[in-house]
Amino acid sequence: MTEIAFWGAVELGLVYAFVALGVYLAFRVLDFPDLTVDGSMPLGAATSAVLLIHGVNPWLATLAAMGAGAVAGIVTATLNVRFKILHLLASILTMTALFSIDLRVMGRPNVALLTEDTVLTPFYGLGMPDYYVRPAFCFVLVVIAVALVAWFLRSEFGLAMRATGANARMARAQGVRTDLQIYVGMALSNALVGLAGALFAQTNGFADVTSGVGTIVVGLAAVIIGETLLPSRLVTIALIGAVIGSVVYRIAVQLALSADVIGLKASDLNLVTAVLVAIALILPRLRKKGRAA
Amino acid sequence: MIRVSHLGVTFNPGTPLEKRALNGVDFTVEPGEFVTLIGSNGAGKSTLLGAVAGDVMASEGSIVIGETDVTRRAAARRAGLVARVFQDPLAGSCGTLSIEENLALAAARGRSRGLASALSRSRRTLFRERIAELGLGLENRLEDQMGLLSGGQRQAVSLVMATLAGCEVLLLDEHTAALDPHMAAFVLELTCRFQAELGLTTLMVTHSMRQALDAGTRTVMLHEGRIVLDVKGDERKGLGVDDLVDMFRKVRGQEIEDDALLL
Repeated sequence: MTEIAFWGAVELGLVYAFVALGVYLAFRVLDFPDLTVDGSMPLGAATSAVLLIHGVNPWLATLAAMGAGAVAGIVTATLNVRFKILHLLASILTMTALFSIDLRVMGRPNVALLTEDTVLTPFYGLGMPDYYVRPAFCFVLVVIAVALVAWFLRSEFGLAMRATGANARMARAQGVRTDLQIYVGMALSNALVGLAGALFAQTNGFADVTSGVGTIVVGLAAVIIGETLLPSRLVTIALIGAVIGSVVYRIAVQLALSADVIGLKASDLNLVTAVLVAIALILPRLRKKGRAA
Repeated sequence: MIRVSHLGVTFNPGTPLEKRALNGVDFTVEPGEFVTLIGSNGAGKSTLLGAVAGDVMASEGSIVIGETDVTRRAAARRAGLVARVFQDPLAGSCGTLSIEENLALAAARGRSRGLASALSRSRRTLFRERIAELGLGLENRLEDQMGLLSGGQRQAVSLVMATLAGCEVLLLDEHTAALDPHMAAFVLELTCRFQAELGLTTLMVTHSMRQALDAGTRTVMLHEGRIVLDVKGDERKGLGVDDLVDMFRKVRGQEIEDDALLL
């Protein structure tokens, strides 16, 4: 693996770290298996790309992408909370609808960002090679996001959200409006994923409607790898773990793909991802069995 | 104070599974009163408690807690008035959160929750003091997961949780039933102590006739969704477990095969 390929993997891992944070909020905090992310990731990419083409300020475009993601999350939450559709199915419905919406937003299956200013443009001219600038920039944003989410989850409101996922009946008995918690949590989760989409579009120079396929599996992989590497009950550590998991996952994939001996192609990525997640899910179980025996 | 008027609850109305769980219940619990609620399975005890807490919505009648008519309010919107301890020790707390996080959740019961830190220094100090009162040594384990505690320890912490924020009524749903006899006695003793210290208006469902007469100041028996016995004061003092069992037989109009079920 070349140095550029390595930093490229780190960069992608840091972009997907936002997905990992979102997936952690939905799956781990709210106990809400949310597949909306497969749609809200390209939605964030599409929203920001189209706004950039129209000359909107890159930061505003990125913010709009987060807003679009949040709306997608609220739609899923509404289907589940208000209309009692099973959470998994509710999120699949939103994800399916988002595919069409992404196409509508962009007007075509993909949009290239070649000359447009992005949030990264001001940092390219500072003398660092571009392949350092991008991961460094993403790293700073990830640190800020982790700090904010950690602070949120340790607040009274965030604690109520964790209780909603852990024991909803108890939460209600403590006066927690669990419906509201699910709305807010899902909005926050998908806003983070929308942000990942916006960063993906701006670091890679394009938005593509198919780029969302498998996002949820990648996010889940990051969370699980994080839990394996940094097992802790503390939310801050768990969030840091998810970020590290995301980067480690990308480097592992890059290694697998660049090892000619194995003979993998870039198109095998989804298969590799699914196998990695399956292994990560099976290993702890096997380990437990081994201990019991 | 709790004022329940003409309370009726029907489950699955209009279906073959229709069940009239409460049938025009009228009763008032005065401030500071400690009522024990007994009755056979299906008598409506838990439904009555659920209706007061808001888990079960009244089909007819009204429920007033303190000065507030809560008949149409969901459970979360009554939580400022109602504190509860459940039968299942796992139900009343979050096993994956720490003891202090559970306490912090309970300390904000019924208040709006903002973005301030849930565990401030002053709160931690308060929690440590309140948990130390239990005498279980848990004050040094506040950062441990709630799930690591035994059922009895969890119920004891749940009682502290119930009394951290103010409340109009305390609802106890067979909260000692899942515990071993030693721990059950400890939790009941703790319940009576907290109730007396804080003058809490309390409604306790129990399966044990002994407990129903030993604890509290008034005993109410439900049968088929109606109140069939309501005793307090001297009349109650004169009652023994045998008398209650006799009354049970009378209202059911049949012999109860196994007295042990009631004791």
